[in-house]
Amino acid sequence: MRKSLQIALLLFAFASFPARAQDLLDMLNETEEEPVEYAFATFKTTRLINGHSIETNSGKELLFLISHRFGRINGGASEFFGLDNATIRLGLEYGITDRLGVGVGRSSFEKLYDGFVKYKVLQQKSGAENFPVTVTLFASTAIKTLEWPEPERENYFSSRMYYTFQALVARKFSEGFSLQLSPTLVHRNLVDSLADANDVFALGIGARQKITGSLSVNAEYFYVIPGQISSRLNGEEVQNALSIGLDLETGGHVFQLHMTNSRGMVEKLFVTESTGNWLDGDIHFGFNISRVFSLGSSEGKGEKKKKGDDS
Amino acid sequence: MKNLILLALLAVTLQAAQAQNRWFTKEGYVRFYSHTPLEDIEAKNYQVNSLVDFSTGDMAFSMLMKSFQFEKALMEEHFNEKYVESAKFPKSTFEGKYIASSPIDPRKAGEHKVTVRGKLTIHGVTRDVETTGTFKADGNGTVIGTAVFTVKVADYEIKVPGVVKDNIAESIEITVKTEYKPM
Repeated sequence: MRKSLQIALLLFAFASFPARAQDLLDMLNETEEEPVEYAFATFKTTRLINGHSIETNSGKELLFLISHRFGRINGGASEFFGLDNATIRLGLEYGITDRLGVGVGRSSFEKLYDGFVKYKVLQQKSGAENFPVTVTLFASTAIKTLEWPEPERENYFSSRMYYTFQALVARKFSEGFSLQLSPTLVHRNLVDSLADANDVFALGIGARQKITGSLSVNAEYFYVIPGQISSRLNGEEVQNALSIGLDLETGGHVFQLHMTNSRGMVEKLFVTESTGNWLDGDIHFGFNISRVFSLGSSEGKGEKKKKGDDS
Repeated sequence: MKNLILLALLAVTLQAAQAQNRWFTKEGYVRFYSHTPLEDIEAKNYQVNSLVDFSTGDMAFSMLMKSFQFEKALMEEHFNEKYVESAKFPKSTFEGKYIASSPIDPRKAGEHKVTVRGKLTIHGVTRDVETTGTFKADGNGTVIGTAVFTVKVADYEIKVPGVVKDNIAESIEITVKTEYKPM
């Protein structure tokens, strides 16, 4: 008994004897507080394919977005598989803060102007604090400036207006895989017939899987709750929008190449007016190219971080 | 038994004495700088933990890669996501020893040139590094350690894609500045 006590005492004394470098490192690790890890780069850019992703631009960053959608690939060789017939949207997006962004765009299709506000309300985080998803609220207005189809009747400016509201909810499950749900409401001031709803509810679902650090595969689907849209557009039934694409990132650019059954690049167009049928080959090739410009230095942000104010 | 207790006490006291020569910071500064004709890239980390033991010469550094701040947010994102893979390898560490020509008394004002040798771990890869640096004690309980050295990106198995190869230097200059206080 006495002997074991002696040994224990000795062990105790010498176990805590002067530390070596390895132990210093261990000591450092012990003193470190567990940080809050915010999920970042859930998606490569502010768009998944057609729809917005939860990502917003960082504060003082300007994003220039050029998007094209071509004609249907089943147009055949004479239409050069749709490439003869391009529609374009030019857009600018600006990060007022790391969470609040605004943007404007102009589409050649329907001579449509759009503007939006996006705010990242909640951020996915782990470590010292936990939250499972990132939530971004999105609101946009679109104005169709085509000439009135029936100029002889009384037309109101408000009839040109469309509004979209989305609550984008996404989770980065792993470094490679992210999933987003996008409950969507598109309000149309003027619809074709009484049987068409002014408020169209839809649920978007999108995902990305990274292949390498700079390349990912994306998919996106907008399910319109049935019974809301009955009018045909140019003799075709309205379809749910389905898109599949690749994201390629090169420094400040992101190239998104995709196949979609939608023509338009604004919510009211792709959620409520997609008429292509994938099974019939009514598929449009398209791309988004975005370029980010830093208009201010984020040095000041560092000081904030230093004080532990990460948001 | 009595002797044994004495011996144990001695060991504990020794250790306590030793600990008094350990100096510490949680707000050390590490900057890295990449220079190419196309672009200069700089990142700063103000939350570097470091310990130095002036009785043994042992030193240790530990920092989170995510705490590096870049001028452009996108650079920071790419740095963490693609280059150093912060999710997989959150920390960078250094452990080693400094060698001074004469023992350093951190409580006495003076400047000491030292050679630092040890193992630097970045991106999960550990390499031996050696550099010179200085310890500057102000005699009022502050010791400032500084060092500048370079590392090769390729040594740490950090892959730089072809498209940005001309924007990122092969050798990165690392500046360390730590203000130690006694523990």
